[in-house]
Amino acid sequence: MKNFLKYREIWLLAGIVALIGLISTRFPGFADPANLRQVFNDTSILMILALGQMAVILTRSIDLSMASNLCFTGMVVAMLNAAHPAIPIPVLIVVALLVGLVLGAINGFLVWRLNIPSIVVTLGTLTIYRGATFVVSGGAWVNADQMSPDFINFQRAAFLGLPMLSWIAIIVIALFFLVMTRTQIGRSIYAIGVNPTASVYAGIDVGRTKFIVFCISGMIGGLAGYLWISRYVIASVEVANGYELNIIAACVIGGISIAGGIGSVGGAVLGALFLGIISNALPVINISPFWQMAISGSAIILAVVLNARGERRQGRIILRKAEAA
Amino acid sequence: MTDTPAPRHIPDRLDKPLSSAIFSWEALLVAIAVLIFAVNSFASPYFLDPWSLSDLTFNFTEKGLIALAMALLIISGEIDLSVAAIVALASTMMGMAVQAGAGTPVLVAIGIAVGLGCGAFNGLLVTRLGLPSIVVTIGTMSLFRGIAFIILGDQAYKGYPESFAFFGQGYVWWVFSFELALFLVAALIYWFVLHRTSFGRRVFAIGNNPVACQFSGVRVDRIKFILFSLTGLMSGIASVLITSRLGSTRPSIAQGYELEAITMVVLGGVSILGGAGSIPGVVLAAFIMGLVTFGLGLLNVPGIVMSIFIGLLLIIVIALPIVWRRLREGRFA
Amino acid sequence: MSRRIFKRTFSGPDTDMDTTAQRKAETERPEPSGPFQSAAPRLTLSGISKSFPGVRALHNVSLSLYPGQVTALIGENGAGKSTLVKVMTGIYQPDSGEISIDGQATTLPSAHAAFGHGITAIHQETVLFDDLSVAENIFLGHAPRTRLGTIDWRTMRKNAREVLETMRAGHIDADTRLKDLGIANKHLVAVARAMSIDARIVIMDEPTAALSMKEIEELFLLIEFLKSEGKAVLFISHKFDEIYRIADRYTVFRDGEMVGEGLLKGTGQNEIVRMMVGRNVDHIFPQREPKIGAQVLSVSGLSHPTEFDDIGFELRKGEILGFYGLVGAGRSEVMQAIAGITRTSRGAISLDGKTIAPKSAADSIEAGIVYVPEERGKQGVVIGLPIFQNVSLPSLKRTSKSGVLRLAEEFSLARSYTERLDLRASSLSQDVGTLSGGNQQKVVIAKWLATAPKVIILDEPTKGIDIGSKAAVHGFMAELVAQGLSVIMVSSELPEILGMSDRVVVMREGRIAATYDNKGLDAETLVRTAAGIAA
Repeated sequence: MKNFLKYREIWLLAGIVALIGLISTRFPGFADPANLRQVFNDTSILMILALGQMAVILTRSIDLSMASNLCFTGMVVAMLNAAHPAIPIPVLIVVALLVGLVLGAINGFLVWRLNIPSIVVTLGTLTIYRGATFVVSGGAWVNADQMSPDFINFQRAAFLGLPMLSWIAIIVIALFFLVMTRTQIGRSIYAIGVNPTASVYAGIDVGRTKFIVFCISGMIGGLAGYLWISRYVIASVEVANGYELNIIAACVIGGISIAGGIGSVGGAVLGALFLGIISNALPVINISPFWQMAISGSAIILAVVLNARGERRQGRIILRKAEAA
Repeated sequence: MTDTPAPRHIPDRLDKPLSSAIFSWEALLVAIAVLIFAVNSFASPYFLDPWSLSDLTFNFTEKGLIALAMALLIISGEIDLSVAAIVALASTMMGMAVQAGAGTPVLVAIGIAVGLGCGAFNGLLVTRLGLPSIVVTIGTMSLFRGIAFIILGDQAYKGYPESFAFFGQGYVWWVFSFELALFLVAALIYWFVLHRTSFGRRVFAIGNNPVACQFSGVRVDRIKFILFSLTGLMSGIASVLITSRLGSTRPSIAQGYELEAITMVVLGGVSILGGAGSIPGVVLAAFIMGLVTFGLGLLNVPGIVMSIFIGLLLIIVIALPIVWRRLREGRFA
Repeated sequence: MSRRIFKRTFSGPDTDMDTTAQRKAETERPEPSGPFQSAAPRLTLSGISKSFPGVRALHNVSLSLYPGQVTALIGENGAGKSTLVKVMTGIYQPDSGEISIDGQATTLPSAHAAFGHGITAIHQETVLFDDLSVAENIFLGHAPRTRLGTIDWRTMRKNAREVLETMRAGHIDADTRLKDLGIANKHLVAVARAMSIDARIVIMDEPTAALSMKEIEELFLLIEFLKSEGKAVLFISHKFDEIYRIADRYTVFRDGEMVGEGLLKGTGQNEIVRMMVGRNVDHIFPQREPKIGAQVLSVSGLSHPTEFDDIGFELRKGEILGFYGLVGAGRSEVMQAIAGITRTSRGAISLDGKTIAPKSAADSIEAGIVYVPEERGKQGVVIGLPIFQNVSLPSLKRTSKSGVLRLAEEFSLARSYTERLDLRASSLSQDVGTLSGGNQQKVVIAKWLATAPKVIILDEPTKGIDIGSKAAVHGFMAELVAQGLSVIMVSSELPEILGMSDRVVVMREGRIAATYDNKGLDAETLVRTAAGIAA
């Protein structure tokens, strides 16, 4: 009862194990460690994005512009690489983080200083950032042959048996875990989701915290921009179009309450993994990939129904009540 | 202090200063529309031609029809992100019916019925199970379009009957298309329902305080269910128009329409938090979005860049009154 | 012993040296030996003014809080008390005036700054974080850190336990989520938080509003504890018995101005009331000669799985039936079931001899039973809609014609009821949210009366409204029953129950404990029955 959150994640984990088991009956190789590593790697970008979105949703906000941010930053980094192949990859990653940060800060500023609901702000920047991608690129694509080998291979380089991309995801997960559970800002994020009024009285600057959260999701969007482009080796205006809703879907499946204040790093990661497993499994068990969308839609609805059951308030218990004095 | 026991007379309303009409949201939108109209007619000699103005309207009528119902839904404090997916599913079903040899009346009936059914499904999930609509409709959005993908894959349905083309391509009189006429009639109906009926009043009340409404004997769930069904119905109608205009169905049809419809609603002055808004505002916003897209199109600005203008317009129009108020109070930080 | 624990708790391991030294100096400063010693004030507000567009909330007010003393802030609703609290906690910035702490002029530009000065507010219900643990509620914003600068959960839990134990609240588990605690225990956590931030100024804004009598006693023990710890306490309440019981000093506000202050000892209740309202007010309940008629409503065996059991009573024409009990005895729950808002598992309700089974509030209203809820803001008014639309909301069927609104009908309906209740508003098109609490309550009552009910259930009809509005509501109730309506009045205020009811039903723990005729009924009997104490 008191560790209800963990309870929920354990159920999600159990669901994922069951899902893998089910898939294995059709395709025995699926549960193979090598294959699972592959699934994890394939899901890395979604996991990272879901964590950024989680921080935003916890504060009762939403960031619809993450996929557009990813697209814009990815394009900027790809063009920079195409024009100056000598720039080392770590520098490009810093550039991606900074560009993403700026885009996130714009969202955050509008939410913080002008008090515009985040759904409206990010609905606007969703189209603006994607449009800006067209403006900077002039509508042109950046193809694989324009990218430097380092740019493409960085995330594929194996380290201790895992590709760099997986390591980046693991580092981001660890960082988020640390920040959300062990730091002042992390706890403030939860607090303003649970009770914004009380947070003000507790000396938390709600507006500034929201600003920081949008900066975080912006940086995550930027990082994911580089990772996405170097993974799929093409940068265009169409990159990750509509992906913002997949990110939110991962959060919802992971048990993060859209009303704020409830959710965890583990939940966001598992929610993303759930979607990743489905998209990886469909081709190998001979189901048309066109089924994926409907399956994840059903998973979202199911997840909301289950979460709502858990969160439902019970009526007062007055009868035969021994007041805990 | 109160030595007069006789009840004081409370007036119905105070005379509103003229400034409140001048600074109303609708007035702001009219000004923006006039401005864009003027810029467009200076920028392109073709703009003022009746036929190009008529073409302009195709840019917003389909989304506008959805936005009318969406406005009521958002005023009641809910939202529907699945509208574009409903369009896709309804269009797919119509495509299947065409393959089976259905005629135009049957197609229209199927399109509308599928829309209504999807909307009712959303409504049931939200009202019966008490789920937050933003999440539910993200789910049904994937589900509805997902079903369209399962049915169609990367194929397309074509071969709609010739008479079916009227809805999206026909004209009722001179330059007035069927789409425009339908949009205007629907706008009138929605205006009447929202601003002149007790149903509309209850919609506003629910958006402001659903609990007090329930205590006041308003059947909150029933009204929300009707609103979701209406939004589905309008999406079904929009699906008929789009399918008729394009003459084909792909599962990716109407991609991104949900966000454009919501943009229209918010630009039209409807509070995203519910409880306030007006149909004239939404209609004006629909025209403005059409004008911007069309005007930039005449100037050969690509569609994706136009979206920047729409996005900027949305944020600026919302931010403007806030910045203005802060400046007047002299505490802009 | 306990003091030592506190000091250790409050100067956390990584507090930098300066503050530690400073705090030490402060805690070791000689305290006045008794509460009535004229020590220097800890906090002084002087000449504070604050205006909002169209409203002058505070005008040139001053207030002083002394260490180890409780100052009561008294005033009618709308007198400016909550604005002052917001100024003191850094939420609002005053337009003019000075704030000084320990004689040093300062400013409170943000809630964080106020927090830094050790000013903390304990509010009615919404101050804490339901989904966070008790320990975190206590230490949010100032949690103990590890050497790496991350939050040290283990120390935090340990410190939380220590703070709670010092307050004799060791029964509260530091790991429980707050939502699993009762209101009284939540208060304990709020006070623990105040203790943990080494709060020097504690503001309690109507802390007793939702508490039962036993819980109020526990709260008073806590306030005594805060006093003994040398905290300066500001206590805001509407209830005079509480004020005289716990406070040392008083400050009275009226219409945004400070109209009097001093020591409570030697100041009479009437004197303070006079300051509050600017005139002599003897709240006299309306005299009436009840003409009780035939039975209108009868309820028998009404039960709910968790909230109430076997509720049976009858209500007659022209009668006011009082429902008394401790907060949380299940009175509101029973009324909401009769009004069709919640479902029952068993039992029967009949109105005018006909059995009814309301499935929604709409059904009850149709039948002629209306429920005026206790939580005015949440369940009563629709803020954002004008007054006349609030009044017509449940009567739209009558004021509209086949679904089409008729504004003239709505206005005349709204006018006839709001004027009878002596509503103060500039126009009927004014947003109901711009009215004071008392006037909002008048709108809510007007809304229900406009449905022309047979039975009206009033749940705490005068809770949190000013004396003037109270009298208007009571007078109107008398008028209603004289016209043949039947009234059920749920109230936790004894004078109101005794002054208005014809008969009184007392509930305890979800059941009816007794029903009395209000002739020669005394307060003591009611209190004893409600608390389950044998005579």
